[in-house]
Amino acid sequence: MKRILVGIKRVVDYNVRIRVKPDNSGVITDGVKMSINPFDEIALEEALRIKERGAAEEVIVATVGPADCQSQLRTALAMGADRALHVQADGVIEPLVAARALLKLVEREQPLLVILGKQAIDDDNGQTGQVLAALWNRPQATYASKLELTGNSARVTREVDAGLETLEVELPAVITTDLRLNEPRYVKLPDIMKAKKKPLETLTLSALGVEPRQQLKLVRFEPPPQRQKGIRVKDAAELVEALKKKGLL
Amino acid sequence: MSSKILIVAEHDGAKLNPSTARCVSCARTLSGAEVTIVVCAVDAGAVAAQAAQLAGVNRVVTIENAANAHALAAVLAPQIVAIAAPYTHLFGPSTTFGKDLMARIAGLLQAPQVSDIMAIESATRFRRPIFAGNAILTVETSADEKMVGTVRAASFEVAGAGGAAAIEKANVQVQLPTHTRFVSVSAAKTDRPDLMTAARVISGGRALGSAEGFKILYSLADKIGAAVGASRAAVDAGYAPNEMQVGQTGKIIAPELYMAVGISGAIQHLTGIKDARTIVAINKDGEAPIFEVADFGLVGDLFQVIPEIERLLS
Repeated sequence: MKRILVGIKRVVDYNVRIRVKPDNSGVITDGVKMSINPFDEIALEEALRIKERGAAEEVIVATVGPADCQSQLRTALAMGADRALHVQADGVIEPLVAARALLKLVEREQPLLVILGKQAIDDDNGQTGQVLAALWNRPQATYASKLELTGNSARVTREVDAGLETLEVELPAVITTDLRLNEPRYVKLPDIMKAKKKPLETLTLSALGVEPRQQLKLVRFEPPPQRQKGIRVKDAAELVEALKKKGLL
Repeated sequence: MSSKILIVAEHDGAKLNPSTARCVSCARTLSGAEVTIVVCAVDAGAVAAQAAQLAGVNRVVTIENAANAHALAAVLAPQIVAIAAPYTHLFGPSTTFGKDLMARIAGLLQAPQVSDIMAIESATRFRRPIFAGNAILTVETSADEKMVGTVRAASFEVAGAGGAAAIEKANVQVQLPTHTRFVSVSAAKTDRPDLMTAARVISGGRALGSAEGFKILYSLADKIGAAVGASRAAVDAGYAPNEMQVGQTGKIIAPELYMAVGISGAIQHLTGIKDARTIVAINKDGEAPIFEVADFGLVGDLFQVIPEIERLLS
């Protein structure tokens, strides 16, 4: 069966104002709204569109994380994923551990594509897709803004610093998504009801044979230095004057 | 054990990208570190010569292969890994080139990666922004293990010239994958300064209204020798191409002067400009969050203000 595996991560919602805990041990997440990482939502949307075009038959959504992640998996099922895999794991999940777990799922499910967000908006690491592609020894096309499947390969337009780059990758491959790939659909109420009946399988890292090793010690979280609030100028002339005085114009 | 840092050069086959010189500055903040730059190319000569001139570089290693005509992470990563053994740290720039490549290298090495290094506190301690720059995290790696890092360009100056490092050719014999092929790249040609390195940047937001509306910014930019950037909203609306996007998911820049024109100042945009020396905000809405970070704020109609500034400079 032609499958697409989509990796998602539960993160603090992008609208939440981030505050560092007073003891510098992390950021405050108690009572904070959690969501699917926005880039992963784009990854799922793309997988669903590929299936709707008839180029894939099944969309599987997977995550590695604590029990709470199941609510994001249910949202993904409501968006249209066919089934969900939850690799239960507590504590910090580094990209290498996430990629190793995803690789185990890849070996089991044999997808033609794995699509993930280009980065999670919490740790901003931006590594998991590339690490998975390396461990799997398959192509990677990161920062995708356009994806076309043609037989055994994919043509991917990437948003790079220079502009837009197009790569052709043989399948199976790992794709990571950029913002302009698509606009994810809204979940409708009947779909939320339907999602409750879709299969959600729970696995563990140890059952997959993945060691939850943490290679980086998180020493200290701090708020960023604040910029001093500046002054208001009344018109263009005053602005030009001020900038000239500072030697900026 | 003293640190041996390998920096992966970013280049276009002829010219070394300034992001590499920023990686050198980052590496040099670790006292006593030995710094090597590796240049992967078809013909590495010109780029290697530029790399060898950077102050603080001890050695340049070239890996030449016909497969290196384009920077494909899947092709470059095994070549870098082949020479990685003696090094304690492998650095690349936090550009799309470096972010794509370094994590693939980290995967092959099964080594930890520290993304977006903004400061080095010791050979094993690094500071990096998380949550779109809304928190700064200090992380520690193990001294017994190789680490991979991407260097946040805006946090470091470009290393100067004056070096005279030896250039060596590495003989790398590894099987390279053929599953990934370069097709094309479309980059708008511009005579304006590069957005990543420009001393002055003028960025426009959705308030510019159209690609046509951006013309007043281009005109002023040309007057003052500035690069032009855009907010995500303006790029999404098609007013400006993606390579102009400034912010968390676009370019992170640190110009002397940043003028935000018709940009409200979403957190994701502010992440991209936090290190600018002076920020100017021009916006019709006096309540826009951009004014919270601006050194100079002007509430007004940008379609009047921008031509007026240009006229005053004539």
